[in-house]
Amino acid sequence: MSQAQPRTVSAAPALPASWARPRGGALRAALPRLVLGLYLLFLLVPIYWLVNMSFKTNLEISSAMTLWPREPTLENYRRIFTDASWYGGYINSLKYVLLNTLISLAVALPAAYAFSRYRFLGDRHLFFWLLSNRMAPPAVFALPFFQLYGAVGLFDTPWAVALAHCVFNVPLAVWILEGFMSGVPREIDETAAIDGWSFPAFFIRLFLPLVAGGVGVAAFFCFMFSWVELLLARTLTTVNAKPIVATMTRTVSAAGMDWGLLAAAGVLTIIPGAVVIWFVRNHIARGFALGRV
Amino acid sequence: MSVALHGIAASANGGTTLHPVTLELHPGRPHVLLGPTGAGKTTLLRLLAGLDRPSAGRLLAEGQDVTGLPPRRRSVAMVYQQFINYPTLTVFENIASPLRVARLPRAEIEGRVREAARLLRLEPYLARRPLELSGGQQQRTAIARALVKRAALVLMDEPLANLDYKLREELREELPRLFAGTGSVFVYATTEPAEALLLGGQVATLSQGRLTQSGPAGAVFRRPVDLATARVFSDPPLNEAPAELRGGVLHLGGEITLPAPPGAPQSGRCTLGIRAHEISLDPLPGAVALPAKVRLAEVTGSESYVHLDVMGDLRWVALVPGVRRPEPGSSAMVHFDPRRVLLFGADGRLAAVAELAEAA
Repeated sequence: MSQAQPRTVSAAPALPASWARPRGGALRAALPRLVLGLYLLFLLVPIYWLVNMSFKTNLEISSAMTLWPREPTLENYRRIFTDASWYGGYINSLKYVLLNTLISLAVALPAAYAFSRYRFLGDRHLFFWLLSNRMAPPAVFALPFFQLYGAVGLFDTPWAVALAHCVFNVPLAVWILEGFMSGVPREIDETAAIDGWSFPAFFIRLFLPLVAGGVGVAAFFCFMFSWVELLLARTLTTVNAKPIVATMTRTVSAAGMDWGLLAAAGVLTIIPGAVVIWFVRNHIARGFALGRV
Repeated sequence: MSVALHGIAASANGGTTLHPVTLELHPGRPHVLLGPTGAGKTTLLRLLAGLDRPSAGRLLAEGQDVTGLPPRRRSVAMVYQQFINYPTLTVFENIASPLRVARLPRAEIEGRVREAARLLRLEPYLARRPLELSGGQQQRTAIARALVKRAALVLMDEPLANLDYKLREELREELPRLFAGTGSVFVYATTEPAEALLLGGQVATLSQGRLTQSGPAGAVFRRPVDLATARVFSDPPLNEAPAELRGGVLHLGGEITLPAPPGAPQSGRCTLGIRAHEISLDPLPGAVALPAKVRLAEVTGSESYVHLDVMGDLRWVALVPGVRRPEPGSSAMVHFDPRRVLLFGADGRLAAVAELAEAA
């Protein structure tokens, strides 16, 4: 065996030396995995800690640092799902988030199509102006919205928050969808027109499936922004439409901070985002590039 | 069904993209729009389809003015150079698309789609989606959709340009036959003179947004009305030389003269044109010989394209049979029969055609 070895080496001299695998193998091969592993660990530690805490009692959280719950309890979750002031917060949040996502998409789809397919006076400026809406901090809009909604009776309803968030989400959705739509050859629209399709039929039956990824990504971004936005949501609601993010900021009671409950609420807040991201995972990178890949 | 264009013109961004075109299109033989990229072929096709509005002129279909009619209200089908299909629909649904919109009975849709799929050999792929097919199959799907509609006007914009050689040959032969029996007006745009001749039928040549000539393919090729048409309808490019007529003799500069073709004016500046296949590197009886320098030789197998600098600075191409590989830089003589030249006046119009040029 040991004699055969040199022969096989000399039998294949064709590969340039640089093509050969670097020597000193195991550690070097493991290094990328190690770095990646550490990176993921750092990312996941806070989330793990949140989940960890949500299954602990307040006593355990405040008395000792434990890597996993010594006395696992579902009490925190039970309270959220039984106390109307808690689960009501989720329902309120979901209401305005879904409303906002639907409104944003319904408005953004035709707008994005127009920007993608037609040239009109000031189209480029208008397009950029849309995005510049996102540059203003939400606080700028809080006061006018507060006054306005109070005057027309929208205050403390899901509609108030849903409409307010449109200021940020419609431009974003238009930008994302425009990118995806511009990736569809205009000739497809023309072929459909020549085939005889009416515009609405073409748009819904032929065109929307082609930009389904973009619709998903736009929906995801609207959903996430609206879901995590705190300032407008809290300003425009009091009792009836109080969102979960607002509820979570008010957990300080006379008995001190309810850590476990807050952690459980946090976990439940992450879940919808994770679910939505699962559906658009294949398109999300393109979405971050605003559809321009 | 016939289509007539009366002074149809187009402009975009303040510039004219198509100068007024007057043309009649009839069913039966294919109509070929021939011109280089940017000549206005696509512009004209889009006007015919109704995708764009002409800036002037009227479009008549069977005597009816259809100028402003949107494409979905016209009886028209179109195939693009890019393979355009609906990616989310199956091949069957892609072909059936115009019939579904027309709400034909299910059995008839089924029958017509199967028939078109059979003609274009797409039967095994009907359940697949277009993007799972090869380029040729995708384009055949698009052609099948145009066929199945039985539109009065079928427009094809360089449909074979993105296909490989073999498929192109096959489809080029099939296309006119597929549409010949349907009673449709068949318009086919191409950049290739050879394609225009192979398809036969009527040719309309376009150059820089102008319709320069229309007529039977062979006639336009042999007797182009002007220099622009001859250039468009020539591959390899037309060989040109400035010349002067003096007393019925054509002076080519230097001491070289040749008899003017019959019908040429007695005097004046003009341009001599001769096609690449009329030039020989070997002496011919009765030929004119010009000194030249070889620039490059391209051998295609059975023919050779020899690029030459003739009489100093005229760039000519000779298409000669067999494998000829003269050394670049070497001197050569080019020979051509003076009875095969085209002569264009100073205004670019055809001045005279030598007796044998028309026979070629």
